[in-house]
Amino acid sequence: MRRFLRPGHDPVRERLKRDLFQFNKTVEHGFPHQPSALGYSPFLRLMAIGTRSGAIKLYGAPGVEFMGLHEENNTVMQIHFIPDQCQLVTLLDDNSLHLWSLKQQGGTSELREEHRFTLKGPPGSPPSATQVTAVLPHSSREVLYLGTESGNIFVVELPSFRVLEDRTITPEAVLQRIPEDNCNRRSCELVEALREHPKNPDQILIGYSRGLIVLWDLQNNKATHHFLGSQQLENLFWQRDGSKFISCHYDGSYSQWPVSSDNRQSEPLENTVPYGPFPCKAISKIYWQTTKNGLPYIIFQGGMPRASYGDRHSISVIHGSQQTAFDFTSRVIDFFIIFSSDPAAEFDDPSALVVLAEEELVVIDLKSAGWPAVHPPYLASLHCSAITCSHHVSNIPLKLWERIISAGSKQNIHYSSMPWPIDGGTNIAPDPPQRDLLLTGHEDGTVRFWDASGVCLHLLYKLSTVRVFLTDADPNDNMNTLGEDEWPPLRKVGTFDPYSDDPRLGIQKIYLCKYSGYLAVAGTAGQVLVMELNDEDAEHVVDHAEADLLQDQEGYRWKGHEKLKTRDGPVQFEAGFQPFVLVQCQPPAVVTSLALHSEWKLVAFGTSHGFGLFDHQQKRLVFVKCTLHPSDQLALEGPLSRVKSLKKSLRQSFRRIRRSRVSSRKRRGGGGNASEVQEANAKFDQDVLQEMELAPVQRKIEARSAEDSFTGFVRTLYFADTFLRDSSRHCPSLWAGTNGGTVYAFCLRVPPAERRMDEPVRAEQAKEIQLMHRAPVVGILVLDGRSTPLPEPLEVAHDLSKSPDMQGSHQLLVVSEEQFKVFTLPKVSSKLKLKLTALEGCRVRKVTVANFGSCKTDDYSENDLAVLTNLGDIQIISLPFLKLQIRYPCIRKEDVSGIASCVFTKYGQGFYLISPSEFERFSLSTKWLVEPRCIVDVPEVTSNNHVHKSGTENAARKS
Amino acid sequence: EFRRFSLERSKPGKFEEFYGLLQHVHKIPNVDVLVGYTDIHGDLLPINNDDNYHKAVSTANPLLRIFIQRKEDADYSAFGTDTVTRKKNVLSNVLRPDNHRKKPHIVISMPQDFRPVSSIIDVDILPETHRRVRLYKYGTDKPLGFYIRDGSSVRVTPHGLEKVPGIFISRLVPGGLAQSTGLLAVNDEVLEVNGIEVSGKSLDQVTDMMIANSRNLIITVRPANQRNNVVRNSRTSGSSGQSTESSLPSSTPNILGNLLQGEEESDEEDIIIEDSGEPQQIPKAAPASESIESLSQIELLHESTQNGFLPSSEMNLNHSTGSISMEYEVQEPGRKSLEEDGTIITL
Repeated sequence: MRRFLRPGHDPVRERLKRDLFQFNKTVEHGFPHQPSALGYSPFLRLMAIGTRSGAIKLYGAPGVEFMGLHEENNTVMQIHFIPDQCQLVTLLDDNSLHLWSLKQQGGTSELREEHRFTLKGPPGSPPSATQVTAVLPHSSREVLYLGTESGNIFVVELPSFRVLEDRTITPEAVLQRIPEDNCNRRSCELVEALREHPKNPDQILIGYSRGLIVLWDLQNNKATHHFLGSQQLENLFWQRDGSKFISCHYDGSYSQWPVSSDNRQSEPLENTVPYGPFPCKAISKIYWQTTKNGLPYIIFQGGMPRASYGDRHSISVIHGSQQTAFDFTSRVIDFFIIFSSDPAAEFDDPSALVVLAEEELVVIDLKSAGWPAVHPPYLASLHCSAITCSHHVSNIPLKLWERIISAGSKQNIHYSSMPWPIDGGTNIAPDPPQRDLLLTGHEDGTVRFWDASGVCLHLLYKLSTVRVFLTDADPNDNMNTLGEDEWPPLRKVGTFDPYSDDPRLGIQKIYLCKYSGYLAVAGTAGQVLVMELNDEDAEHVVDHAEADLLQDQEGYRWKGHEKLKTRDGPVQFEAGFQPFVLVQCQPPAVVTSLALHSEWKLVAFGTSHGFGLFDHQQKRLVFVKCTLHPSDQLALEGPLSRVKSLKKSLRQSFRRIRRSRVSSRKRRGGGGNASEVQEANAKFDQDVLQEMELAPVQRKIEARSAEDSFTGFVRTLYFADTFLRDSSRHCPSLWAGTNGGTVYAFCLRVPPAERRMDEPVRAEQAKEIQLMHRAPVVGILVLDGRSTPLPEPLEVAHDLSKSPDMQGSHQLLVVSEEQFKVFTLPKVSSKLKLKLTALEGCRVRKVTVANFGSCKTDDYSENDLAVLTNLGDIQIISLPFLKLQIRYPCIRKEDVSGIASCVFTKYGQGFYLISPSEFERFSLSTKWLVEPRCIVDVPEVTSNNHVHKSGTENAARKS
Repeated sequence: EFRRFSLERSKPGKFEEFYGLLQHVHKIPNVDVLVGYTDIHGDLLPINNDDNYHKAVSTANPLLRIFIQRKEDADYSAFGTDTVTRKKNVLSNVLRPDNHRKKPHIVISMPQDFRPVSSIIDVDILPETHRRVRLYKYGTDKPLGFYIRDGSSVRVTPHGLEKVPGIFISRLVPGGLAQSTGLLAVNDEVLEVNGIEVSGKSLDQVTDMMIANSRNLIITVRPANQRNNVVRNSRTSGSSGQSTESSLPSSTPNILGNLLQGEEESDEEDIIIEDSGEPQQIPKAAPASESIESLSQIELLHESTQNGFLPSSEMNLNHSTGSISMEYEVQEPGRKSLEEDGTIITL
């Protein structure tokens, strides 16, 4: 009997669960962590980015995205698209080659790995013999030329990766036709670059590292020309007509070489060191782009004067008298130019420069005057300042959406109006079902508003709270101002700026009311700002109020940071969210919880000392409540002062270990041999390991007590209109939950709208619940008479929710890190509970009510709890009976920052950080699924293209 | 009947005199009675010798409430911890008479004289190499007082001997509950926490489970020192044999149910303060008609485990583990079912 009654054995419910819940990781938003390679196909108009963890991501028109992962998780070194094909080849740092292709299946394209291959030399040959340094996919699409460290160029057939041994170009064969006095065997070590002749596919240009460049005839298997540079070669580039090529060098110079029909060794036409005469850094890549007006664009990476600007990450663009050295915020991984891909066109006519830097993607419009940057629709650098918190708001009303976009567009005037130039593929995903906003708070005091409705996470608007405060670095003194005659002509581009002026500015909590446009933002130094959306620029005074959370408690000394100094007088604010009141918590500890009720015009905030309620209509503090336990010294003294010092001492001891290790190495390195040093190091490592084993990690088993630290830490705040005192009258109430398992309930009296400014808001403590297990309270929720969670403020007023049932009795759900408990209201008696930790050993980290719709029938939906545990599992728990519905592993349990960053949406989706710069989006719902669905068609031009190519081939043969 | 009289706190005298005084005050000179008092925790504790008599007097503040029961119809189970919750269970048993278990009170010594702080349970269903220990945190001021660590143990698997990760007790805090029981020792391997296997769980997970169960912690260990194990005279001698057999092959669900139920019994209730009044325990809500289905479901689960399996327990009056087996051997078969909450080490 019991078996049948047990949850999880009801076949009807099981079927319904399948229609409601489904777990998918759908798309990664943001900028790939540690990018390592870049590729571009002018034919498909798709860009590919490889990362150090072996991921490969393809991007085209907004919404067109593909992702692949190499099994090996090795760094992607190079990416090459096969000309005129939906295929690409990647080279990893383990010297393996991988062929990927985009195949259509079931109406969408998919990226799949087709083959893998590692070049093998003859037995006994050194690994360098087959270490691939340069890859050239030939325009015939049949073969791949692989330049190696040994100077050999291997030819492999595609797609089979069969080595065509008889076609290998050996250094010996190359040297045959070159006078011996200039070159020897060593000249042909390490192939640096392989370039196919733009007009004649039978000729390839081979550049060797030591400066020798050879034009090789594939038909006759011989070198037709050779060019001897005096400097170490970095890269080569053919001019469009094939009459000249450019080489760039390690010393920061580039040379232009003519390819004449006679066989003599050529001298360079021009040899320039653009940022000379002092020693310069290498130019690692160069483009020479022709234009109709005759003035070429010369675009190169690097070449800066070594001594004074050697640390800059620059790409220079020279066009006639115009010259700019774009100065990037992080190391440049690679770049490419988007130019006319029509092979019949006479000129390159470059339109955009696409640069992949380590931390962001920058696209420069080369057609508009001043070369402005283009605002990318994807690959946003989420981490341009470190993310400190996030907040998701579903289903934004159109009005608010448009106002945010309009505020944002005023901030983006310096961007180019050019349409996004990488526009391959077609996005066939249905339009997003609703407008969703993801708000991220950052360390530098900014809040960024992202369009999270679809596959492309796109920045709509950026809000800065810094203006309210006086900081050391005044935003007015621009440190980047450069004089007119500054040389080199550096220009900063990009938004990545991980350095915060003042860590106290950091945003910790965000709450946006989508109906009223009220926004509350709270930060690290106890600052709480309430803002209103204004479509115009405005200058006004921000009202200040202080909330002394320690109240009459005496004898405490705050040893943490000071509060932020505020600016006196009126402050100029740009259109958008403008703060009108600042509530400063005292002591200025980090704000740990925040709630806003836009209908009652109240904002509640909590820190490790207590919580307070502020009436932002009357700009008056309603009450404060100190939650501190008298013995909790730690919370009083400052932000984790003791914890920090422990961390610090750990760090110091590690540093000490490292230092001693280095010094021992040095000491021995002087006289002894290498193996001895290694031995010593190994022994040291072993000692350290042994030491660790001797003192294993221990965990204390002790029941929580009221005297534990940080019990007063306010974890959650919640407004509810419910039955707090008796079952006949309901009233507004504020609920707060602490780290020590205490729940406080305050009865509020909010004056009716017509007397709202005349009478004060009153509050009175009605209840205090102490959970005996004393685990931190992470969520509080009131269920109405139908057991439905109470609607959000103004939701009913906007006809977006049924009014709550005030007839039946309400229930209170308290979620602690360990248990879920339902109590009756107004008399608090325990009704139901689910003990999570006692049974599974996991703890609740995040909890939200989510609405799940059935994928089978449109009219069925239900509310459940979406829970993320400290083990990274996601659990769905039914309301109001608290039955575990389903569990999915989602985040690795070691990924603490990923778990901490997770946000759920109201409709069963969620986001978490997989790296400082990337959000993974997941869905728990069968109905609401945002994932890329796109098609890449092979463009029609293929056949023409081919005809053209073979035409030139014939022409070349004739000549 | 209520009587009020005074005593000299500094010179309470001997228990015998006090006993006589009580008989005199109540005018029951020839009736055998049990004497008890309520301590500061609200628990009913016995007075039957000089020591606990002196203790009782010393806790009077200034009033000492003393209860006297006729020895023949005394309710032994009224003594000890969890008086309130246990009474509730009695009530529920009355409400469902068919579930009511008869507990014959065969008294060997006076276990009620003591407050249980730990016990060994489920001896008849566990392998001899294992020990299931229950620690009662409630009612003592002692910290649980132990630490756990990661480690590895050797198991016999189908692929031969294998080294598998395990959780071990790494330290006992002097004066802590764990150490004072003598039932746990450093390097004991932790196998289960409140009926849930720890294999495959991380140290932090097991820590969280133990802390979540800290009010009524049941740990199954494989003692590092296997010489003090319980020696079983006969496997079937247990009165709980009726269910033992069925539960032996895969006893987990039963054990789980039993432990859950046990936990439910001693689980402390949350406290509510209404309108800044006095703190009160939060009562259990009577099942409302709309949710009766779900609630009865839960209760059914408990009942069936109650009926299906009775845990046994043992006496441990002595701190030395050597004496455990001694105690066991003198026990009568019928004993085990009655001492469900086991025993016993005093304050």
